[in-house]
Amino acid sequence: MVATFIQRAVMQGIPLLFGSTGEIITEKSGNLNLGIPGIMYVGGISGVIGAFLYENSLAAPEDANAFLAISIPLLCSILGSLIMGLIYSFLTVTLRANQNVTGLAITTFGVGFGNFFGGSLIKLVDSDVPSIALTTTSNFFRTTLPFAGSTGWFGKIFLSYGFLAYAAIIIAIACSIFLNRTRGGLHLRAVGENPATADAAGINVERTKYLATCVGSAIAGLGGLYYVMDYANGVWSNDGFGDRGWLAIALVIFAIWRPSSSILGSILFGGLYIIYLFIPGLALRTQELFKMLPYVVTIIVLIFVSIRNKKENQGPQSLGLSYFREER
Amino acid sequence: MNSKTKNHEPLFHIAKRDTLPMYKSWAIRGLAILFALIVAGIVTMLLTGENPLKVYSTMVSGAFGSSRRIWSLLQSLAMLLCVSLAVTPAFKMRFWNIGAEGQVLIGGLATAGCMITLGDKIPNALLILVMIVASIVAGAIWALIPAFFKAKFNTNETLFTLMMNYVAIQLVSYFEMLWENPKGSSNIGIINQSTHAGWLPTIGNFEYLLNVLVVLGLTIFMYIYLKYSKHGYELTVVGESENTARYIGLNVKKVIMRTMLLSGAVCGIAGLLLVGGTNHTITTTTAGGRGFTAIMVSWLAKFNPIYMILTAFLIAFLEAGSGAISTVFGLNESFADIITGIILFFIIGCEFFINYKLHFRSRHKEVK
Repeated sequence: MVATFIQRAVMQGIPLLFGSTGEIITEKSGNLNLGIPGIMYVGGISGVIGAFLYENSLAAPEDANAFLAISIPLLCSILGSLIMGLIYSFLTVTLRANQNVTGLAITTFGVGFGNFFGGSLIKLVDSDVPSIALTTTSNFFRTTLPFAGSTGWFGKIFLSYGFLAYAAIIIAIACSIFLNRTRGGLHLRAVGENPATADAAGINVERTKYLATCVGSAIAGLGGLYYVMDYANGVWSNDGFGDRGWLAIALVIFAIWRPSSSILGSILFGGLYIIYLFIPGLALRTQELFKMLPYVVTIIVLIFVSIRNKKENQGPQSLGLSYFREER
Repeated sequence: MNSKTKNHEPLFHIAKRDTLPMYKSWAIRGLAILFALIVAGIVTMLLTGENPLKVYSTMVSGAFGSSRRIWSLLQSLAMLLCVSLAVTPAFKMRFWNIGAEGQVLIGGLATAGCMITLGDKIPNALLILVMIVASIVAGAIWALIPAFFKAKFNTNETLFTLMMNYVAIQLVSYFEMLWENPKGSSNIGIINQSTHAGWLPTIGNFEYLLNVLVVLGLTIFMYIYLKYSKHGYELTVVGESENTARYIGLNVKKVIMRTMLLSGAVCGIAGLLLVGGTNHTITTTTAGGRGFTAIMVSWLAKFNPIYMILTAFLIAFLEAGSGAISTVFGLNESFADIITGIILFFIIGCEFFINYKLHFRSRHKEVK
């Protein structure tokens, strides 16, 4: 029971971890990208499109090549979310548009894009399958580590996930090291704190913001891919991804802009997200109240962080502001 | 030497513009919308293989094709405008209230609660009065909570209001099951269908006319409030510079809380109109994403309530029109979001050309 709960919590948490790691990298450069929910949809559906076209090109599911079945959706997903990140960066960095408005437009577009292709992909390619169920591809994504089934609770908690779950944790750790231990990370943080000073120090502010936003978007998009291919067994359902994108943004604050803390934070959020399933004897309507938990916890953390008002717990200073060199 | 320094000069450089005359800035926006429509037409053509002109005519007839369609366009315009008006004073104060969705829902929930628990127990006029008060108070409280923490501890309002949306959605979801009718359906259904208790009156035969008139009144009120009242002036000062506001002796905390109270109250009215006026029921999607769209409407109109009629009309038209495209050409309904997204990108991007100008590298050599 406990092992199952932890396993489900981790699986719920992984998309959030991808999303929040991507958003942390983006926010550290001073861009508050509220388009993450949309970008995660795009990441998911782009992977689905890639996998769908690949599976359709096969004569029989047994012909699937493991390498291609994984790399095609992966590349499509990264490409899709990268393009969204580029649109966001072009509008906010080059054209200096308002970040909140741009982000919300990206989310409108991205969610629409996902649901549109999710709903009409079959019709567009004149296929005769009844619904998008990419079981073959999904099986490759869901391949667990060896000994996952034979080592009892240990295997269940630590070994029973697809490779993207481990990738999420590795990426989060790598981002944490990058931000805190390397020169590039220092430059990135400098741009987010005070772009004018960073500019004076010779850092290319525009390039840094572009890079951070695009890489961040690509990472976040993988969360969408993980959700469809692993969590949902390769079945795309419209709006199935739900509000996880917003939760990922909330997680950024919960983790106080630290990718390493967001690993545990995401598992905790994942647990809060599904805890209602594990408390016996809850009425259906009380379950709805329990689903509030992740949001309420975020609000409490938000208030707590602002009351303590410690310097190291604050977000980047110029978060949400566009930078124009000639402005005083 | 000369050629070497020249290579270092970038292709163009960006400078801030003085304020453009109004006809020019609107010409730029018009051009952006035109470009956006061309791109949207091309996208539709690629996906459907239809002639783009046919696509546009479908859009227009989908929005204006019959008096029924015009009324439903007016209704969606009015509701979107109402929420946009609500978020505007907060934005003018640079308070990013992206919780309008939740504030509308809570206002609607309070309305529905009154209709269900008090329907037929008190006279209808009194019931409607109670509904009005309850919805306004509920919306205002929902907005006041983040405002209080912003004023007191400078808590990040963008994320606080965002999270409040989901708390509101879950609350609605809970009450949907508590008040479910019939039992086991998990939704409320039409409230007081037989008695019409608590249904806002309709004017003549026009189902949506009341909503349109109320919102029109609100627009004028908001215009005057922002432009000519002392409150409007104060919140603008706080938005421009909090330090200046403090220096001239404004109580910034009070201004923040007062403005958010107003913002939430208007959202509450939107909830009242949606639940009491037209839907007569409440679901988690009653606000329908208007809380987010309203932000763009308000921003595109430069926070001016009169222009907002135009921008809200544009968005409402796009939604109705692309909705028609998706039904006529058999596309998924989310197609509307894609088109709206593309057009928003263009409009957002074009603001750059209104605020900045590009100086291209001059070709002639400098005279020594």
